[in-house]
Amino acid sequence: MSPISRGFHRRRGPDADPARVPPGQYVTGDFPVLSAGPTPHTSLDMWTFSIVGAVDESKSWSWNELQSLPQETVTVDIHCVTKWSKLDTTWAGVSVDALLDGVDTSAEYALAFSDGGYTTNLPLEDLQGGKAWVVSSYDGEPLDPEHGGPARLLVPHLYFWKSAKWVRGLELREDDEPGFWEGYGYHNYGDPWKEQRYAGD
Amino acid sequence: MERAAVRGRLTWQLANVVELAAETARTRTIVLEPAEPLGHRAGQHVDVRLTADDGYQAQRSYSIASAPDDEHLVLTVERLDDGEVSPYLVDDLRVGDALELRGPIGGYFVWDESLGGPLLLVAGGSGVVPLRAMLRHHRAVESRIPLRLLYSVRSLDEVIYRDELTRARPDGELDIRFTLTREQPDGWDGYARRIDRELLADVAWPVEDRPLVYVCGPTGFVETAADILVSLGHDAGRIRTERFGPT
Repeated sequence: MSPISRGFHRRRGPDADPARVPPGQYVTGDFPVLSAGPTPHTSLDMWTFSIVGAVDESKSWSWNELQSLPQETVTVDIHCVTKWSKLDTTWAGVSVDALLDGVDTSAEYALAFSDGGYTTNLPLEDLQGGKAWVVSSYDGEPLDPEHGGPARLLVPHLYFWKSAKWVRGLELREDDEPGFWEGYGYHNYGDPWKEQRYAGD
Repeated sequence: MERAAVRGRLTWQLANVVELAAETARTRTIVLEPAEPLGHRAGQHVDVRLTADDGYQAQRSYSIASAPDDEHLVLTVERLDDGEVSPYLVDDLRVGDALELRGPIGGYFVWDESLGGPLLLVAGGSGVVPLRAMLRHHRAVESRIPLRLLYSVRSLDEVIYRDELTRARPDGELDIRFTLTREQPDGWDGYARRIDRELLADVAWPVEDRPLVYVCGPTGFVETAADILVSLGHDAGRIRTERFGPT
């Protein structure tokens, strides 16, 4: 039971429908940026997206090949572990289901990898069934580099560090390998509705 | 890349407020005595949670301003006028109050001697807070690793830890430089503009020295500084960043 902070009271009106705001989060209209290093700038000529690891055959798409796949537009709420949530964000890109279509694997986990060396791990099933996308547009515009452009993973049902910026592929794995922040004490799964911010939460 | 030691759950605990000090018109330093020492590394942060009498709670992250070697846990908080937690911490919190917190959090934006150097710390505004923890740790362990801090701030009045940082200047290993971007006192001999390529080329160590760089500040500042450092030839893998605020 938390003690009362003398003199503290709510300063903001209820931000939004409380049913859409996970515990410990507040709603912002801004779009804060959090990254561990400089923003990488990979030219689209050199860009590929790959599925590697525990698969019979690796797959790879060039930028143009990825853009020629069916594009989906989704409007979702996103939740950052640093406490902000942003509602009704609109993205466009390719569903991970489409990328995994025809991939034969017994893997149960995926490690997303990005330019700049960032990684994040997820159960493969959290990337399937219409729950995840590789997006290259935000709010109708090409995705800004500081927000992860040219393309980032979008997995809105988990804390936003799982939505790897500058994503370049997925390594499918039989075993679960902690990614970048997961190795520094952040929660391995990261469900915002269970407030799984840090290891042990 | 180093890994944090496996550790248990980060539990909430109470820390007593033992001292408060105004740093600038918008920032206040909060000196705390936690029930259990956090055992943090320089550069890490804590989560602070406030609870209203109607049960409403709000939590935010704040960088730790003290070195692991310091006696107390110190936070320095900048008031965001449309904020909910920072105005309380800067204006309403009193000595003798207890603050609920947990940590330490973050394991990448940290420095200790084993990571080497030379060190380049680049601060924009209140981004100096976690870098000050690194400075103090560097001094506490009497490190011989060369360290340079570039601190960009609008005016001298807005310099956080002004006495400490200006006092620390004439030291062989410590080289602290300011750039005052909006207003400079008469006779100012430091930089007087927003960071640019020439300024960073002047301050950053030679590329061949492979400096370890920590940049902290508002998003635009950090993006600019990191982009310029990479374009000057510094290894992106040795530039660690912490950004705050909207784009």
